[in-house]
Amino acid sequence: MSSLQLSSPPVMRRTKRQWTGWMFVLPFLLVFALVLVAPVIYAVYLSLFRDQLVGGNAFVGFANYVEALTDPNFWDSLGRVVLFLVVQVPIMLLIALAAALALDSARLHAASFFRIAIFLPYAVPAVVAVLMWGFIYGTQFGLVGSFDKFFGIAFDPLAPNVVLAAIGNINTWEFTGYNMLLFYAALRVISGDLYEAAELDGARAFQVIRSIKLPALRPAIVIAVIFSIIGSFQLFNEPNILKSLAPNSISTFFTPNMYAYNLSFAGQQYNYSATIAIIMGVLTAVIAYIVQLRGSRKEL
Amino acid sequence: MSSVSRTKGGATYRRKSTILTIVMGLLLVYSLLPLFWLFVNSTKTQASLLSSFGLWFSGPFALFDNIGQTLTYNNGIFVHWFGNTLLYVVIGAGGATFLALLGGYGLAKFNFPGKKFVFALILGAVAIPGTALAVPTFLMFSQLGLTNTVWAVILPSLISPFGLYLIWTYASDAIPSELLEAARIDGASEMRTFFTIAIRLLTPGLVTVLLFTIVATWNNYFLPLIMLSDPTLYPLTVGLNQWNAQASGVAAQPIYNLVITGSLLTIVPIVVAFLFLQRFWQSGLSAGSVKE
Repeated sequence: MSSLQLSSPPVMRRTKRQWTGWMFVLPFLLVFALVLVAPVIYAVYLSLFRDQLVGGNAFVGFANYVEALTDPNFWDSLGRVVLFLVVQVPIMLLIALAAALALDSARLHAASFFRIAIFLPYAVPAVVAVLMWGFIYGTQFGLVGSFDKFFGIAFDPLAPNVVLAAIGNINTWEFTGYNMLLFYAALRVISGDLYEAAELDGARAFQVIRSIKLPALRPAIVIAVIFSIIGSFQLFNEPNILKSLAPNSISTFFTPNMYAYNLSFAGQQYNYSATIAIIMGVLTAVIAYIVQLRGSRKEL
Repeated sequence: MSSVSRTKGGATYRRKSTILTIVMGLLLVYSLLPLFWLFVNSTKTQASLLSSFGLWFSGPFALFDNIGQTLTYNNGIFVHWFGNTLLYVVIGAGGATFLALLGGYGLAKFNFPGKKFVFALILGAVAIPGTALAVPTFLMFSQLGLTNTVWAVILPSLISPFGLYLIWTYASDAIPSELLEAARIDGASEMRTFFTIAIRLLTPGLVTVLLFTIVATWNNYFLPLIMLSDPTLYPLTVGLNQWNAQASGVAAQPIYNLVITGSLLTIVPIVVAFLFLQRFWQSGLSAGSVKE
């Protein structure tokens, strides 16, 4: 083998080198194919079939998709996560952005303590976050209960009309610090020359934020928005765990993911469940893709 | 701004603002309040838990008694869950980081046929959330007879498209191609070059990805929830939720003090690991955002 290599012309050597990249990428791709590509293909396959009383498992084309798109439960769940997306995500990202700018301004006392402490909730498992907030929300013996008693009111954060806001609060608590750090990391790599030039021009702090910091933050903001869209559309953990504390406020089709889950595990409707999962996956990917395209353009 | 006093290495030193610090203090209180609540209430007995104000200590100091009860309840199932979580984290997060490291390095430093396709595949996968795949993965795994085994939890954890993406952008900048060329001329094999030179240069990126995957696997809930039916295979997250559901079921047997103390015990290791490694995390993140 080695003698062959010695005598082989340079072109051959380059060809051989070209394939070594595969050696590094292949292990990832093999597992990737098993746990990502195969389930997608299998779900698409499932979504085109249906278990029928007569004839058993039969090919039904897009009938499951038609059913999903005319299913009020599906639209109900989709509407809820869209509402969540347009309310919770801007609030969370604006707080995170303001916090990152404050950290970067070098005008905070004990800035590194703030940075770590505000980031800390990200490390807390969703289950624990929901259990803590769930107990705090309790009107019987939770903090909200103490609050209600003190003011003589009967506010219940887990009531059907406000439970989505209660979940939004839990998500904001979990992910504000994460987004703050994402923005802060992007701010740290801005060249000091830009600030010096701005200073020479006599730019004020808000002008520096508008003309230097926000443009530099654009890629980080695009990433944060994409992750938040994914997080909203795929909302599952928080409502599912909160359900045991608020069974009357959270239905089995509270979010599309909960609907897919309950169709599979309570209803045994695997084909229909796979259909919902595919629709949501495609929808999420398309919207994430549009945000990325718009975000990478120079003008918004 | 007149408060700018001097610049050094690009950073501007300014006068500290008390108002800004106070406003940020509100966010700080919001971030830490539930954790403080958790600690305070893990020191209470079940009786004083239900009768006292949530944000201060009350009744006998029962933290150690609660910890003892949590660890021994139901033949020590909590300890079992803890061990399961460790297993899923070590193999899942460790494996995911290793695969991302190999793949990211391969994509950053080699040209090979089909690279554009691999690139498109992985970028597409970043946009596909794991939870969207959970139900289809369950359906496929049950066909393969993999459900209710540790592999049902470990295998899907092994893939981190975002981790691979981070390593790839990091490796493009952190590893000079000339260095690899020099190693090749010295006769080092590709694997040897990777393990002796590349890994060392990639360490900050590696720690970043390791932290992401550790947090993701430690906190993993949806996947083990649907994959596992045997409680002895549960990780902490699923187990805790089962305890909580037990408190509100038909045959309610409230063990709130165990749920709360168990929650505290669940977050202590991850918070410690997090505080210990967070400075690496940040440097890895900024490397990722430079490239974007």
